[in-house]
Amino acid sequence: MSTQRVCCAGFGGQGVLSMGKLLAYAGMLEGKEVSWCPSYGPEMRGGTANCSIVVSDEPVGSPVITADATASIVMNQPSYDKFVEIVGAGGTIILNSSLIESKVDRTDVKAYYVPANDIAKDLGNPKLANIVLLGALLEVDKTVSEQAVLDAFTKVFGENKAKFIPINKEALAKGAEFVKAQQ
Amino acid sequence: MAKVLMKGNEAIGKAAIEAGCKFFFGYPITPQSELPEYLSDELPKVGGTFVQAESELAAINMVYGAAAAGARVLTSSSSPGLALKQEGIGYITNADLPAVVVNMMRGGPGLGTIQPGQADYHMCVKGGSNGDYHNIVLAPASVQEAVDMVMDAFDLADFYRTPVMILSDGLIGQMMEPVEFNYSPKKDLPSKDAWALKGKGNGEKHMIVNLNMDAEDCENHNIALQKKYDVIEKDEQAWEEYCMDDAEYAFVSYGTASRIVKSSVDTLRAAGHKVGLIRPKTLYPFPVNAFQRPNIKKYLDVEMSMGQMADDVKLACNDKNKVVFYGRTGGIILTPEEVVEFGKSVMGGDK
Repeated sequence: MSTQRVCCAGFGGQGVLSMGKLLAYAGMLEGKEVSWCPSYGPEMRGGTANCSIVVSDEPVGSPVITADATASIVMNQPSYDKFVEIVGAGGTIILNSSLIESKVDRTDVKAYYVPANDIAKDLGNPKLANIVLLGALLEVDKTVSEQAVLDAFTKVFGENKAKFIPINKEALAKGAEFVKAQQ
Repeated sequence: MAKVLMKGNEAIGKAAIEAGCKFFFGYPITPQSELPEYLSDELPKVGGTFVQAESELAAINMVYGAAAAGARVLTSSSSPGLALKQEGIGYITNADLPAVVVNMMRGGPGLGTIQPGQADYHMCVKGGSNGDYHNIVLAPASVQEAVDMVMDAFDLADFYRTPVMILSDGLIGQMMEPVEFNYSPKKDLPSKDAWALKGKGNGEKHMIVNLNMDAEDCENHNIALQKKYDVIEKDEQAWEEYCMDDAEYAFVSYGTASRIVKSSVDTLRAAGHKVGLIRPKTLYPFPVNAFQRPNIKKYLDVEMSMGQMADDVKLACNDKNKVVFYGRTGGIILTPEEVVEFGKSVMGGDK
């Protein structure tokens, strides 16, 4: 039985919740049991946002991840401070090194440093940073297939966003490529 | 129909439409506002009516009117908003009218917090309005179950002519899970023509009244209500059992808390503890039939409240010394780890 428990975190506007939705929808399209759980509260614009995604072969028990995440994608420094400890031993941390200066000092997890904002800027759209990081996670953990994420794209964002699939595909590939070099 | 990934609040809205609901009256409140938002878009498309009322009181009394006219009608709110609706719910109950009420609970009392809670058990299960009454109360633990229960709720409401409450919480409202919608009426539903206020025409005069001037008549009405509740208590108990076959200890938990507890049961089983979970799906009627288990040493009641359902567990197993409680409240979501610790504190350490 395989259960992937992924935390995505960053600040509002970075596409943290959308990235999580893509992951959950892709898992569902692959026939897995999934849940997507946002943190919600009296958040301010630009404040922190995070979501928990579970992708499993079994029905999902607790949809909230408070410890032992198998992976975490962190997009800014405050999220790093909050979420570096949520990953369990043997887990994966994907960091947006464009905005996070810290280095992971834990030896029981695999950390990958991806300058997602810079890569996204090179692709011509800074909004793609979340997709670059998602590409990195998929390369390392094989949580879901890249194709499933692309299939999920219009389900999450609507049919009228289909024209953005090629650039998102490219962003996934860039993230994967970058992290491959660190493996 | 293929599964789609939907937020609980929106999925409930779609489920209501699939079940033939044509009217929604409500007032926004976190964490359920996506439900009226969804219906404000979707109800007009199926010829329905969405009204954002000026207050919760107005909304519940619009529900009263639509129900009296024989319509399938829904309202939703969250804890403090539901408190405001209690008077109307009592009136609708007294008038033997069907309606579905969704409560996406948050932390209380008073305005409380906007994060998930389960502290409205007493208000919703025991009756937050005056008089001798009950509402059927269904407690979903997943988005799919919320969908199925909303559909069932409309049938149960029509069948028994009583309000039915979906008692859920902010987490189920906010989270996304795969869902599918397959509505088919579960019961042979009676026509509403015999009582609904649809215009007299050449037919008989119908009246929906709440005030009873004669005490004896009022008592008789209460006796009739009680007969209805007797049938509901006999026929409508529902629960899920998880790892209960050889269990010596049983967690008892509903809704979101039960999801957390299920994960804790897996952990405790792996550590050798013979423990399971009884998850009430109906809170009224409380599934007393699930608690006739002399072999169970302790019932471990876990709620996101200071302990409300625990009272019903004590009554159901008929031994208050067998029931121990653990809970978090005020909008804090339990963690599987703390529930495991609670379990070990009751059952002893690792086996």
